[in-house]
Amino acid sequence: MIIGDLFRESWRALGANRMRSALTMLGMVIGVGAVVLMMAIGQGAQYMVNKSIESMGSNLFIVLSGATTSGGLRFGAGSTPTLTLGDANAIAELPAVGAVAPVAPGTAQIVYGPNNWSTLVHGTTPSYFKIRDWQMASGTIFNDADVRSAARVAVIGQTVVKNLFPPGVNPVGKTLRISNAPYQVIGVLASKGQSLDGRDQDDTILVPVTTAQRKLFGDQFPGTVRFMMAQARSAQDMKRAESEMENLLRQRHHISAGQEDDFSIRNLTALAKTASSAASALSFMLGAIASISLLVGGIGIMNIMLVSVTERTREIGIRMAIGARSRDVLTQFLLEALSLSILGSLVGVLIGVGFAWTVTRFVPMTVVVTAWAIGLAFAVAAGIGIFFGLYPARKAARLKPIEALRYE
Amino acid sequence: MNEPLIRIENLYKDYITGAGPVHVLKGIDLRIDRGEFVAIMGPSGSGKSTFMNIVGCLDTPTSGDYWLDGQNVATLNANRLAEVRNLAIGFVFQGFNLLARVSAEDNVALPLLYAGVSRSERRRRALALLERVGLAQFAHHMPNQLSGGQQQRIAIARAMINEPRLILADEPTGNLDTGTSHEIMDLFTALNRDQNITIVLVTHEADVARYAHRLVRFLDGNLEGDGPTEKLLARVML
Repeated sequence: MIIGDLFRESWRALGANRMRSALTMLGMVIGVGAVVLMMAIGQGAQYMVNKSIESMGSNLFIVLSGATTSGGLRFGAGSTPTLTLGDANAIAELPAVGAVAPVAPGTAQIVYGPNNWSTLVHGTTPSYFKIRDWQMASGTIFNDADVRSAARVAVIGQTVVKNLFPPGVNPVGKTLRISNAPYQVIGVLASKGQSLDGRDQDDTILVPVTTAQRKLFGDQFPGTVRFMMAQARSAQDMKRAESEMENLLRQRHHISAGQEDDFSIRNLTALAKTASSAASALSFMLGAIASISLLVGGIGIMNIMLVSVTERTREIGIRMAIGARSRDVLTQFLLEALSLSILGSLVGVLIGVGFAWTVTRFVPMTVVVTAWAIGLAFAVAAGIGIFFGLYPARKAARLKPIEALRYE
Repeated sequence: MNEPLIRIENLYKDYITGAGPVHVLKGIDLRIDRGEFVAIMGPSGSGKSTFMNIVGCLDTPTSGDYWLDGQNVATLNANRLAEVRNLAIGFVFQGFNLLARVSAEDNVALPLLYAGVSRSERRRRALALLERVGLAQFAHHMPNQLSGGQQQRIAIARAMINEPRLILADEPTGNLDTGTSHEIMDLFTALNRDQNITIVLVTHEADVARYAHRLVRFLDGNLEGDGPTEKLLARVML
């Protein structure tokens, strides 16, 4: 097969000018390396964002109690606890709502043995675990009976475990003190890592909502909760769930038409979408910027190939004189350009992946090298080789044999 | 009537230069039969080389007809011309025109590559031809490691590798000393005699021309003489 032979001829030509070939390739190496590294960083960011979004739970709403107005002074959302456990139970009955969990949060000092730690205590119901898709590392969650009886039981996060318990001690079954009252640890949450806004989600303790209300924080407004988390049955049900909840709460709170809501419903999924698209835009932009260096590398190849064609005009003449067709000459020079770009991108991929790996070792950053990104860089490099190699190769192929032979 | 290998009728070649057109060939008529050994002589600028380039399908005439082996060359496209150069014609140049940085063997085998011959077959035939021109032991030498005479023999081996009907040599001994020139001419003579290959060569030297049986003289783009070598050379000597 003649193409294999022409390929060998191309390699001989590249090998004859090693320094030049290597320098030309360097352009592609840097270009492809930059693309691979930048894509890895961009996709790493995207991965982190998506992971935080997943850790939040899917199809979520937060229902906050309303804003108060006192003597013309307006306070923020949640300043008046208007939401009740009754509201939560009613919302749970709505057809488009899958689950709802009232949350009564507060900060408390936790003591176990000689250690103490201040953390966020959430009073809630068992559905909270389902809504947030929060798995257990060990032990169990509290059940509805615990909620009814306002039991002094606690499910604790990994950060709390780390700060209170010596290594090797299983916290399940141990008793710790929250605000000086004893609570039995019945479960340990699996780690969720950072949330979208950078908070440590594992630095928390969950107790039955009734326990938090009656025994832990006391309540100015009995039976109320600060907010609720609600989950639509599916992504398609989001809109319906929102309007159902709004109608229900307006009815329950006796709000007449034209009056302002005393609660607000926030769609967390929309927020997640925004964060996700911002991350993918970042990823795309990094790739696009790196692509410019790929383009510059391609122009370098074209430049050198043009020089090479001019330098080797006589050689082209000789080849034509002994029977090379235009397309043989075209193929040979195209293969030279293609070899430079593909070999360059091969080295570039190695260097890009190497850098990405080094970055993760020394900088706390997630990079994700995907076969897709490598394949794309390769394809683009090959495309660049053909695109920028074609013009010089055509120039060579179009030479007239006699003129090429006479060229000095 | 037997169709000659080369039939050229009323061949013109003009070059357009800054000072206007230059008429290099002014109506050449020439027939060369199979198996002939023809020398072309003439002063510089008489159009010998241009004529050779047209016969070798490296250049195209401005007007006139050229039949090679009964085929009108003007009707051939670029790819077919490349094929003719590859298979039907072997070209030997004054300056050898070997590829630098390519071994003697690979230089000889190069036309076979464009003919689509397999690598092992190329190697076999190249080595056989190197043997034939007495350079088998230099197969892996680069051209710049060889003498002028050796390089020209490599070039002749390359011209012969596709077993062409016609070998065109444009001053093949122009860069060689007298002794080497005669060795090269002996090689051409042997090819002509043993394999009945038609040979057309351009030369300035009467000694070289004497190897040919027929002599064609060019002057100012015209044929000035055509006949048996000894007769024509004798006329000049007188």
